[in-house]
Amino acid sequence: MNIIPLWLHKLSSPPVFYRFAGALRPWFLWSALILGTAALYGGLVLAPPDYQQGDAFRIIFIHVPCAWMSLFAYFCMAVAALVAMVWRIKLAEVIAMECAPIGAAFTLITLITGSLWGKPMWGTWWTWDARLTSELVLLFLYLGVIGLFNAIEDRRRGARAASLLALVGIVNLPIVHYSVLWWNTLHQGQTVNLIGQSKIAPAMLWPLLMMALATHLYFVASLLARARVGLLAVEGGKQWARELIAEKADA
Amino acid sequence: MHDFLAMGGYAMYVWPAYAVFFIVLAWDWIAPALRRRELLNELRGRMAREQLRRQRAAQSNTQQEGASA
Amino acid sequence: MSVATAIRSDLRQTSPPRGTHACRALLRRELLLAWRRRSDVLFPVLYALIVVTLFPFALGPEDALLARISGGVLLVTVLLAMLPNLESMFRGDLEDGSLEQMLLAPQPLALLVLVRVLTHWATTTLPLIVVMPLLALLLRLPIEVLPVLLIALLLATPLLALMGAILSALTAGTRRSAILLALMLLPLAVPVVIFAAGAVAAAQSGLPYLAPLLWLAAALILALVLAPFACAAALRIAVET
Repeated sequence: MNIIPLWLHKLSSPPVFYRFAGALRPWFLWSALILGTAALYGGLVLAPPDYQQGDAFRIIFIHVPCAWMSLFAYFCMAVAALVAMVWRIKLAEVIAMECAPIGAAFTLITLITGSLWGKPMWGTWWTWDARLTSELVLLFLYLGVIGLFNAIEDRRRGARAASLLALVGIVNLPIVHYSVLWWNTLHQGQTVNLIGQSKIAPAMLWPLLMMALATHLYFVASLLARARVGLLAVEGGKQWARELIAEKADA
Repeated sequence: MHDFLAMGGYAMYVWPAYAVFFIVLAWDWIAPALRRRELLNELRGRMAREQLRRQRAAQSNTQQEGASA
Repeated sequence: MSVATAIRSDLRQTSPPRGTHACRALLRRELLLAWRRRSDVLFPVLYALIVVTLFPFALGPEDALLARISGGVLLVTVLLAMLPNLESMFRGDLEDGSLEQMLLAPQPLALLVLVRVLTHWATTTLPLIVVMPLLALLLRLPIEVLPVLLIALLLATPLLALMGAILSALTAGTRRSAILLALMLLPLAVPVVIFAAGAVAAAQSGLPYLAPLLWLAAALILALVLAPFACAAALRIAVET
């Protein structure tokens, strides 16, 4: 009955998690790479050109999964931040802080690929569309969390402060989204709808979903790798870290 | 192949988008690896220094014992 | 009443200590501090005046153009003028140790923080709103829009001060936190600026402007309840070792 909480409790101990993450990481990375390659083949070669957008629509296969990931990573960060604030688990602090750069990377990709997609489709690199603006604000939220974490010298105190900021941010995020929507209608800005309401053809859908899965797997792989480094940085002076380094020197 | 690279005339938008995707994610993968190497070097250096200090302390102890004996 | 008698009357007070008493003492302290540095009040006002003076030089003095942008310019000017004061909101308290006293006090920290933030707002931002009619005149804001601008500012600036207080508490122990605070405040300020400027713009073009003002009021009430707790948590993180 208590097996799952017990297992979670054991897993939250840094040395156990360090080894666990090291063992799992290659599995996630390789499955992400294989799925991603298949999705790229499906998206770039097999899928027919869109009847309206020609081949430019092929940016969808990276733009949309990255946009989903930019929100997913923030959600993960906020959950870890909540756990870190409530139970003060060291591992949760590390995970929350390591989610931020990955999420920022996905947000950056979303913004740049969106811009590259927008230029041929609506003739401009940037427009103050509701979704684009929300994504830009999301990037600033990530940068704030990363900046605050780096500004505070004590790593654990920095992680807790940045976790609180991440929680403030997740309350703010829907407010930003709806206020930007309202602002857009007030100023009669163009609403950009690249994907459209039409049904997406199966030949385009499966590479998209497969790529979304691949990016999720990549996110986990990257998070595990980063969490290992983060744990080492926090726990560098502890016995398990010393033993680990000594082991590595012998090998 | 040429048609594939031309992307129906949108090559200068599609390929940079994919390039950005791979470059940013490659950076995301490499950055922690570099940080890890730096950190391991630092920790290893700290451990070596501590060991040196301990050896010196032991040496000076034995010398003192030798002098008193 | 001297300090000694004040302390003696505090000591004589039987437990449990009353929150209102602490709030009144804190309020008195803050107002006294503000009074001792009363020339500081002028800095944000001067800053706003400089920004507002520069705009016509940059954009040309046509009345129609200035009137069209004045609402937004005034809002952003107020927001920027608030930033330096927000950044140093808890710095003095952290350095002279009075923050620890607040943390150790038997009264709930969130209540003390709320008093602290509201007095800070009244001493640093309220003067800006007082001179707003003058600034609005310089930028040719239509006179019938001015009341809407003032109400929007009266709702938006305490909201910004409350959110800024959380961020200020988070950055309390760090150096060079000004740009970091601006970076963290931007996402929080976006909805506030949208609704405040939206109300002004709607009033200017003769549209109903009540809805965005009500949204601001709702957000302010929410922030009055929630922000002190977040701020108290942030201060605990800043002080703990």
